[in-house]
Amino acid sequence: MSKYKMHVLVCGGTGCHASESDRLLDNFKNIVVDKGLDNDVQVIATGCFGFCEKGPIVKIMPDNTFYTGVTPDDALDIIDEHIIKGRKVNRLLYVNPENKEIISDSKHMGFYKKQIRIALRNCGFIDPENIDEYISRDGYEALAKCLTEMTPQQVIEEMKKSGLRGRGGGGFPTGLKWEITSKSESDVKYVVCNADEGDPGAFMDRSILEGDPHSVIEAMAICGYCIGGYNGLVYIRAEYPLAIERLKTAIGQAREYGLLGNDILGTGFKFDIELRYGAGAFVCGEETALIHSMEGLRGEPTVKPPFPSVSGYYGKPTNVNNVETFANVPIIITKGADWFASIGTEKSKGTKVFALAGKINNVGLIEVPMGTTLREVIYEIGGGIKDGKKFKAVQTGGPSGGCLTEKHLDSPIDFDNLIAAGSMMGSGGMIVMDEDDCMVSIAKFYLDFTVEESCGKCSPCSIGNKRLYEILDKITQGKGTRDDIDSLRNLGSVIKDTALCGLGQTSPNPVLSTIDNFWNEYIEHVKDKKCRSGQCKALLQYVIEPENCVGCTACARNCPVNAIAGERKGIHVIDQTTCIKCGACLDKCKFNAVFIK
Amino acid sequence: MATIKLSANKIDELKAVCKSFNNEKGELINVLHKAQGIFGYLPAEVQEVIAKELSISVAHVYGVVSFYSFFTMLPKGEHPVSICLGTACYVRGAEKVIDEFKRLLKINVGETTPDGKFSLACLRCVGACGLAPVVLVGEKVFGRVAPEGVKDIIGEYTK
Repeated sequence: MSKYKMHVLVCGGTGCHASESDRLLDNFKNIVVDKGLDNDVQVIATGCFGFCEKGPIVKIMPDNTFYTGVTPDDALDIIDEHIIKGRKVNRLLYVNPENKEIISDSKHMGFYKKQIRIALRNCGFIDPENIDEYISRDGYEALAKCLTEMTPQQVIEEMKKSGLRGRGGGGFPTGLKWEITSKSESDVKYVVCNADEGDPGAFMDRSILEGDPHSVIEAMAICGYCIGGYNGLVYIRAEYPLAIERLKTAIGQAREYGLLGNDILGTGFKFDIELRYGAGAFVCGEETALIHSMEGLRGEPTVKPPFPSVSGYYGKPTNVNNVETFANVPIIITKGADWFASIGTEKSKGTKVFALAGKINNVGLIEVPMGTTLREVIYEIGGGIKDGKKFKAVQTGGPSGGCLTEKHLDSPIDFDNLIAAGSMMGSGGMIVMDEDDCMVSIAKFYLDFTVEESCGKCSPCSIGNKRLYEILDKITQGKGTRDDIDSLRNLGSVIKDTALCGLGQTSPNPVLSTIDNFWNEYIEHVKDKKCRSGQCKALLQYVIEPENCVGCTACARNCPVNAIAGERKGIHVIDQTTCIKCGACLDKCKFNAVFIK
Repeated sequence: MATIKLSANKIDELKAVCKSFNNEKGELINVLHKAQGIFGYLPAEVQEVIAKELSISVAHVYGVVSFYSFFTMLPKGEHPVSICLGTACYVRGAEKVIDEFKRLLKINVGETTPDGKFSLACLRCVGACGLAPVVLVGEKVFGRVAPEGVKDIIGEYTK
C-alpha cells in the first residue's frame, strides 16, 4: 500500500453496492486517471465499513476522513477539493445528530467509539480481492506460525485457552470441537465452513466473506492442521453472489501463493478448499442438515450423537465452524490466547458482531466486546430509536431468539445472559422495535418463517409450529380467547422439549418470550379485542368524530362497501359490521374527522 | 413419464453439465443450480434427464428440488420482482409494499403475470438491511421502498 500517497477506500459491501457504490468507484478511478494522479492516489473497493445507514461510505487515508452518503456525482468534488486542494468536503461529512458538530474521523463517532473490531478487523481497510493487502496486515502469519513453530495439540490448547465459542448460535467451545475431531480416527477428515447465513436480518458472515475472505481461508487451513484434515469445504448461500465471487478469487490467489495446495509454505502440509452451494433452506444452518445438503440430499437434520466431529460428511469426521468463528482464529494465534481472553465476560470471551437493524437510527454492522449492554448498543452505537419514538423491544437471535425489553437494557450481552433472559445470541441479528410494533404480530411473523422453513421431518416442529401460527393468527384476527394464550405456552414448551434439531427446539422462543414480556398486550388482544399499536387490522375501528364532520359526503362516496351513512351536511357514521377497514375514508377526509380507534 | 419436449441441443448441454460433475449423485445440488441457470427453471423433463444421468430416481431429484426455495418449477417473469421479508424489512413496512405490488400487477406471490413480464416472490434477507425495505427486480436493488414508490418501479420496466 505504501507507494501511494493517498488512498480512496470505497465501500463495496452489499448495502453500499445497492446504492451505486460500483458506479462511484468507477468515477473515482476514471477521474484519478484523467487528472494524472494514478501514481499517487490509489482507489480501491473494500468490504463493509459497517455504517450501512449512511452509505455509500468513502474513506480517505491517511487522514482518516470518513465521507457518508456519497453519490457517484460526488467523486469529482472529493478529488478536486480533498485530494488536490486538501480541503475536506464538509457537506459529505458526518454530522453528530445531538450537537450538529461535524466529525470527519470515524473513531470519534458515537457509532464507532465503543466498538472493538476483531472479526471485522480488515473489513473496510483492505481490498478483499488482493491477497497482498491481507498479507501486509499480518495475514497468513498465524498459519506460518502454526505450521513451523507449533504442534497441532499446542494450537488446540491455545484455542481452548482463548475461550472462543462458536459464533453461529450454539456457542460451543471451538477448541474443544477441534480436539474432538482431531481425536476421531480416520484417513479422511473434513473442515467445513458454515456460510449458510439464513437468519433474516443478519449479514455479518456475508460481510466478512466479502470484506476479508482470506481470514476464513487461513483459519480453515489452521483447523485442518489441528484435526489432521486436508479437505476444506465452504457451504455458502447461493443468494450471496458477491461473497461467492470474492471467495473464489481469494482461494485462487492463495493457491498461487502456495498458501493452499500440496506443500503449504514448504512444510509438506497439504490443504485445499472447495465451495458447495446452498439453495435457500434455513434449516441447513444446522450442521447435520448442512452436511446432508452438501451430499446432494434434502437438508434434513439427524439426531446427534453421532456428532459430525465423529461421523459427518460421507460418514467421515467433520469439523463445522461458522464464518465469524473462523475469522477470529488467525488473530488469536498471532496475538495470543491471553490477549483474546482478556476481552469479554467470564464465560464469553472476545467480541461479537451484531447486525443492528429495524427502527434504529444507525443501522449497520457492529462489533462489541462481550458484556456490552443493550443500552450501550442501542443508544450509544445505534444512536437511539428512529423518529424519536419510544423503545419497545429488541429481538436477538433471529427466529430462534426472543424479544427483550426495557428491563433487560442494562444486562451485559453474552451467551449465558441472553439465554437466561429467554432469548439467545444466535448468529447476531439484532432488530430494534418501537411503540408502533405489535408484539403478537412480530411473534406471528417469526412463526410464519419457521413454518415455511421447517424441513418436515419431525412432528413437533412441522405440525406444532403450524398450530402455534394458527393460534397467533386467530388472536390477531380478533377471535382469540384467554385459553389460547395458555395453549401457546403449553404447546410451545412441548415443541421446545421434543423437536429433533435446533430449529424446532428454539422456534417457540419468539412466542414464549413475547408472552412473558408483553403479557398485557396479549390480554388486550384476546379480552379487549384491541391492538395498541394499530398493526392488527381486524382489531381496528375507523370512527368519525362528530365535532369535525361537516357532512361533505366524501367518505361515504368513496367507501367501497357502503358502510358509511349520513345526510349531506349532516354527521356521518361508520357501520362497524360492514366496514372492511380499507382506510379509504381516512384518506379522503379533508377535515380530520376520521380516526382509528 | 412426460414426453421430453426440450430441444436436443439443450439436452446435450444439460448432459454435459452432469458429466462435468462426473455424473456424481452427491453433486445433485450443483447440477440443479447449473440447470436452472440454463433453463431459468426446472420443469419435470429437466429433472428426468438429470435423474437418468446421475443414476438416481426422479423422486429423489424432485424431493431435492421441492425442498429448497431457490429452485423453482415454474418459469419466472422477464423481470422477476423479489421483496425482502427479512425482519428488518418487515418492521419497516415490507408487507405494505408486497400488497401494493400484488394490487398493481394483479398477481399473488409466486405467480407470473399473463404477459410473462413480471413474477412476484418473497425472499429472506439480502443483507442490505440499511436500505430496508428492499425490493429486487432481477439483479437491481431498490432501497427504502415505500408503497407509493411501487408504481414507479413497475413503470421503469413497462416503458
